[in-house]
Amino acid sequence: MAKKSYRQAINEALRQEMERDPTVIIMGEDISGGTGAPGEQDAWGGPLGITKGLYTQFGPTRVLDTHLAEISFIGAAVGAAATGLRPVAELMFVDFIGVCLDQVMNQAAKLRYMFGGKATTPLVIRTMYGAGLSAASQHSQALYPIVTHIPGLKVVLPSSPYEAKGLLIQAIRDNDPVIFFEHKAMYDVEGEVPDEPYTIPFGQANVLREGDDVTIVAFGRMVSFAMQAADNLARKNISCTIVDPRTTSPLDTETILETVEETGRLVVVDEANPRCSMATDIVSLVGTNIFGALKAAPQMVTAPHSPVPFSSALEPLYIPSVDKIEAAVMATMAGQGRHAA
Amino acid sequence: MAGGMQLSRSQLLDAYERMVTIRVFEEAMHEEFAAGTIPGFVHLYCGEEASGVGVCMNLVETDTIASTHRGHGHCIAKGVEVEGMVKEIMGRRDGLCGGKGGSMHIADLSKGMLGANGIVGAGGPLACGAALSAKTLGTGAVSVAFYGDGASNQGAILESYNLAKIWNLPIVFVIEDNGYAEATASSWSVAGSQTRRAGAFDIPAQEVDGNDFFEVYDAAAAMVERARGGGGPSLLHTKLMRYYGHFEGDAQTYRGKDEVANARKRDPLGIFRQRVIEAALLDAEALDAVDAKVKDLIAQALIAAKAAPFPVEADLLTDIYAEY
Repeated sequence: MAKKSYRQAINEALRQEMERDPTVIIMGEDISGGTGAPGEQDAWGGPLGITKGLYTQFGPTRVLDTHLAEISFIGAAVGAAATGLRPVAELMFVDFIGVCLDQVMNQAAKLRYMFGGKATTPLVIRTMYGAGLSAASQHSQALYPIVTHIPGLKVVLPSSPYEAKGLLIQAIRDNDPVIFFEHKAMYDVEGEVPDEPYTIPFGQANVLREGDDVTIVAFGRMVSFAMQAADNLARKNISCTIVDPRTTSPLDTETILETVEETGRLVVVDEANPRCSMATDIVSLVGTNIFGALKAAPQMVTAPHSPVPFSSALEPLYIPSVDKIEAAVMATMAGQGRHAA
Repeated sequence: MAGGMQLSRSQLLDAYERMVTIRVFEEAMHEEFAAGTIPGFVHLYCGEEASGVGVCMNLVETDTIASTHRGHGHCIAKGVEVEGMVKEIMGRRDGLCGGKGGSMHIADLSKGMLGANGIVGAGGPLACGAALSAKTLGTGAVSVAFYGDGASNQGAILESYNLAKIWNLPIVFVIEDNGYAEATASSWSVAGSQTRRAGAFDIPAQEVDGNDFFEVYDAAAAMVERARGGGGPSLLHTKLMRYYGHFEGDAQTYRGKDEVANARKRDPLGIFRQRVIEAALLDAEALDAVDAKVKDLIAQALIAAKAAPFPVEADLLTDIYAEY
């Protein structure tokens, strides 16, 4: 198997699906770049080069630069999905979902239900999320809990290049609207990725590591942080189970409950703000279903209830860290009931 | 290109039947809402019939329309059958949408009717998407976005003009301007003119008397033909009047005295009858026969809908996802 970056894995998934299915189109702001300009076409290939080369291979009818106006092109992707295409629309930063939330929340998510099951909306919205690049408050948020809240949407958080390719191919073949969250600090992360197309089913968590003492449920980029923490904790003879749910909607509640029943302790690592987050959701899931299995209060490692700061002196304090995960594990091992952070 | 007055006898009867069906249907919904048999919010299309039918008589089944909260008329104009509509509006299990959409989300994708919409202006981008599908897949279909004067101020609509133009989409924008955005006059709330707004995007536009089927039909015919021939978007501004309130139950105290009574003197059905009889295209007898047929059709649909079963508890959690 070849080593590929998260960026290459996503590009490869798009290319292979566009080769397989002529109804798959991609659209977005500068997804090619250079349209109408005197210089090169495919000048950017997406703002961070994720879709580079697809314009050259598939041309302007399959790779559409849009105007810089999200309501209409995200809405057009919804309308196209309901009428025979499989659009993959790029919402450059998920922070911009505020601009076009109606089309996501009231249109894409609800067409099928409102029309009594007679609409099918095979739409993928690829979007960048997450802190770590000093992109500040309007380009760094982890807004997946907001869309997870909305019935009718599926929400995907790939945690590695392998996961990114398999989950994106699944998203494109899926017949429901999918929001696909790409962490902007992970594009250069490398990992083993098969050359051939493959899918990873939604709603099936990946158990990366099995341990006896604590279950750590982590999302997206936080999965690799949890793995580092688990390596460090192993040296202190604390063994961790690591669960990557892969998708927050659907959510593999069974795997989470089973692994917590085995360890009796839970730490959730979520890059989102803490209120109404995946962290609170998982703690609530465990507390309401298997309270008796818990040996100690669950711990949450999240961003604080604050916007994402710009300064490189502040941003690392905002993002959940390996140290904070280790501290949370130690706190639950010590049976502490209060948040360690 | 033949104008509306050159339509065949059967086409004219078809157009008249669609308009009368809308009128009788909506009058029935008005009465049923007052009687308490319809839950929720209902917005009626009475008075606007010539617009929806004048446009949709230029479309075929594979063409698509995106509608508004005032969507019953667009459904009928696009060929959606009325019994399923009444059942849906009454929340019945075998309504068009299984009773899950109701008046504000009534839809029939098999007829190219992409749904009424509870969000003002949201249909513009959806119609652009349907036009993109038609263009990409080479189906030759045309997409129409219906919306009101209120929606014409939404960013979603103004963005859609731009996107339709730069992508050269096969789409017709139809502003049904009944003079009111809910309870606020469009003469106050709309800055500038609708056709000049379109002109700023280099989108050909025309304002017509929305009470006159033939004016609407002729203008829409040119626009649909332009779209189908690869000529891109157009905008049709129809000026008309709604006979009832923004929603059923609206006391309409914002209206001028005798406003609706005066408007009814230029009734779209009356104008149609007058024009086809004067031109000796149809006689009163044939038109009266349509009236009688439609009255019976709606009466039967009401009986069927009232006898139809409601959804059951298990239906609450179906149709959310294709697979989950």
